[in-house]
Amino acid sequence: MKLVDHFQYGLNSPICLTWELTYACNLACVHCLSSSGRRDPRELTTAEAKGVIDELQRMQVFYINIGGGEPTVRPDFWELLDYSIDHNVGVKFSTNGIKLDKKRSAQLARTDYVDVQISLDGATADVNDHVRGPGSYDTAIRALENLAEAGFGQPKISVVMTRQNVDQLDEFKSIADKYNAQLRITRLRPSGRGADVWDELHPLPSQQRQMYDWLVAKGDSVLTGDSFFHLSAFGEALPGLNLCGAGRVVCLIDPVGDVYACPFAIHDNFLAGNLRSPGGFQEIWENSELFTELRQPQTGGACASCMHYDSCQGGCMAAKFFTGLPLDGPDPECVRGFGEQALAARDGVEIPKSDVDHSRSAPRNSRTPKGPVMLTLGTRPDKSCDPSPLANPAALGPASARA
Amino acid sequence: MAADVDAGPADSAGPAFDPLLPYRCSPSVALRPEPFGALVYHFGTRKLSFLKTPQLVVVVRDLDQYPDVHASIEAAGVSESQRPAYLSALAGLAANGTIEERS
Repeated sequence: MKLVDHFQYGLNSPICLTWELTYACNLACVHCLSSSGRRDPRELTTAEAKGVIDELQRMQVFYINIGGGEPTVRPDFWELLDYSIDHNVGVKFSTNGIKLDKKRSAQLARTDYVDVQISLDGATADVNDHVRGPGSYDTAIRALENLAEAGFGQPKISVVMTRQNVDQLDEFKSIADKYNAQLRITRLRPSGRGADVWDELHPLPSQQRQMYDWLVAKGDSVLTGDSFFHLSAFGEALPGLNLCGAGRVVCLIDPVGDVYACPFAIHDNFLAGNLRSPGGFQEIWENSELFTELRQPQTGGACASCMHYDSCQGGCMAAKFFTGLPLDGPDPECVRGFGEQALAARDGVEIPKSDVDHSRSAPRNSRTPKGPVMLTLGTRPDKSCDPSPLANPAALGPASARA
Repeated sequence: MAADVDAGPADSAGPAFDPLLPYRCSPSVALRPEPFGALVYHFGTRKLSFLKTPQLVVVVRDLDQYPDVHASIEAAGVSESQRPAYLSALAGLAANGTIEERS
């Protein structure tokens, strides 16, 4: 059996675990996958969070992806970071850069076993700030400058690909090179507030091809969180794990301890349990009904007869679910166009919506009226953070994983 | 094949792999048991890799108990026909730092 086949049946512990530490965020990005903004009063306490880290150490989860919300606004963030590293659970955290001043940057440069990922969704301020809010481009660049000045080794710049920034791929790469950072690009999902803007922001079919060609030509040193495996149907498989890892090698712990199958699936249907319950996280990972079900062999459903099924595996579960498509059918961005057909045929289907929403009612970062308004976005506020789905899991290069 | 082990290209610097010498699993490495074998994590390079057979896990884990690599392979009960594949996998593991020569 090939390794990837084993992965389908689940691992003893996750390879890639995302932990959203808080729903609080200083930004209000329009596509926030976790609809963050306000802190949830039920958030795990410092002691509880340390207990989770102890458990992850026992389960030999060697590193975690911390996100939010904006994780660095938690007052105990730095304490938890140190605690995790001291317990052999390495940390990569996603941030919009708000707290990465010179002092923190120097502190991070002195810390081993930590990775920093700065979110940036436009290579220019106008493209970025229309999605992430005014000033967010400057905040991200300032953080990159501080990290570079402090000598922090290779932060990552994480970009959610949108219709507006696909043409900027080369510019993103230049920015990464300028700050000695590694570029990471991931797929926009219709999750959280992303559902509200997906129709406007998700790349057009021609742009899907453009991204694929770019990755094939220049993607060697670019991380993807393995999030573009649906594009493998264009031809050669992209490097990495071409498989939905939800509940098998990946999962999400949310700020209140709820465990979901993946960071893009914050919805009751994908809730496996809460780690405050007896048995904690390990019990949920090993025995929850949902994860057991996700580890059953998949049939492929309507996609089973497609010649590309082996390469795309039917695409992303969350992308289907939050666009109202059946989970055993094509991905909405199926490169053969079956997704678009399915979307057009949705007639009257109720599109599921998560009831987990911490958006602030009044957008703090509402767009300024001046300047060209590229997007006609709704009234929802916006926020940051794009923890990764298959975020830096084990991209199965021959020997090793590319985070 | 049975010993289709992800060991990767033996392209990194360092001394050549010599199965006649004593080796050990690197102290910077942790092995996590998995249904297929084990997941390897190297705390120094932060790379994940995989040992794709339970027998290879035994070979790697117990290297330090034998005078050379061959003895560890034999002790794990690897069949003679599989030995070249295991040696090749171990050479890859030496190149990526999972195992190292011991003095």
